[in-house]
Amino acid sequence: MSRMRKEERKRQIMEMALRLFSERGYYEVTIADIARELGMSVGNLYNYFSSKEALAKELLLYISKILGEEIRKINMMPIGVEEKIQRIVEFYFTTVQERPELIDYFLRVYLAHKEVFKNGCEGFLCVSPFVTELMIFFEEGVRSGELRDQDFFSAFGLFMGYLGGMAFINGEGMLPNELHFYAQDVAQNIYQALKA
Amino acid sequence: MKRLAWIQGATCNGNAHSFLNYPLLQELLEALELLYHPVLPSRLTLPQLWDLEELDILVVEGGLREGFQRAGFEVNHLIHRLYARANWVVCVGSCAVYGGLFGDRGVAFAGEEPTELKSDKVINIPGCPAHPEWIATTLWALVEGRPPLRDTFLRPKEFFAYTVHAGCTRNEYFEWKVDARGFGFKEGCLFYEQGCQGPYTHGSCNKILWNQESSKPRIGTPCFGCTEPDFPKENLFRTKTYMGIPASLPLGVSKRAYLTLTGVAKSFKIQRLLGRLFED
Repeated sequence: MSRMRKEERKRQIMEMALRLFSERGYYEVTIADIARELGMSVGNLYNYFSSKEALAKELLLYISKILGEEIRKINMMPIGVEEKIQRIVEFYFTTVQERPELIDYFLRVYLAHKEVFKNGCEGFLCVSPFVTELMIFFEEGVRSGELRDQDFFSAFGLFMGYLGGMAFINGEGMLPNELHFYAQDVAQNIYQALKA
Repeated sequence: MKRLAWIQGATCNGNAHSFLNYPLLQELLEALELLYHPVLPSRLTLPQLWDLEELDILVVEGGLREGFQRAGFEVNHLIHRLYARANWVVCVGSCAVYGGLFGDRGVAFAGEEPTELKSDKVINIPGCPAHPEWIATTLWALVEGRPPLRDTFLRPKEFFAYTVHAGCTRNEYFEWKVDARGFGFKEGCLFYEQGCQGPYTHGSCNKILWNQESSKPRIGTPCFGCTEPDFPKENLFRTKTYMGIPASLPLGVSKRAYLTLTGVAKSFKIQRLLGRLFED
């Protein structure tokens, strides 16, 4: 099989695993389930991923790259911090609605089953592409005088904790309005909290 | 024998004294005809230099400052006059090179801006002070008719193609992002909190050691970036950060590359690097 096709096959496995893990939960899904959904043999799937845990870790990196790439595009835009925050919030909420498995995996698999990730995804190892872009966002905001200087984590926690929290209560069906209804206020709240 | 005169603009004498620490000073002086030096016995007096018709090497220490006088001469005039008559002009110390602490300008540069005296005959050896071996090795090279390769600030690449970070004994701590807990500790890197400018400062302080023995970062003091045009900056003992991220990054390393690598390195806790090297 050509390298290209192999990469594509690998991506299909990850997308399927992502969907199943997010829908049913990490421990409810076996490698055999994923293989069956894809119409491939279990043995063949192991050619791509040596274990369910290895697949789970690679998925985290996969999601981080997808999210990081979008935030990178926003970082590169010639716009002010306030508008960047607005765009990041809108991008995040759009992702929650259009690709909920990306966010669900993060909230319901990664954060809920740290034991799966403790070897190989320590610290920022598997979320680095995403966290790095947020670091750049914050660093540039402070450098330009638009954001207040503080420790990275107090700002990061406020920003991502808030977005993750909104995604979570949305997922629980607790929001009376659809998520985008809140985007502007959420963005304003973040900006007001972090601005210089 | 090459004829050398060492003259001073506005200076603290730091480079003249640094030069005296060169271990082979006697041999070097025997290979030169020393016309004038502010501290060493010389053939001529400062006023006699005005009439000097030619010389091989003019060493300038100290910055150029408007109206600054020595022995009844306006030093800027004397420097310009001897500059025209010298085959080589060696600027020692950051004041002579960029203006530094005391000068309005240096000989060939005012900060980063070239002056009317920038030319191929200038060799710049910045530092506060310049290391005796940087000065002496450059003079030896001229004695032997082999002028050194230089960078865009006319600094010998032999000494300034490196960063001060190269050869630092704390490099393991830099690799794994372990901060120093304070000044004077043997452990930890000084880049994250203590203001060390080694990773983006050109120099060979950790390759050619001071007093043949040590360097600022090795003993726990941050590199002050004294060889660069923007020396001295403020707050030399504290790293300027934006949301915890160093404002100046290692030379040639992009922010994304730096943050990616830092995030990875910080994810691991290397126990060996977290403890004291010697327990009391």
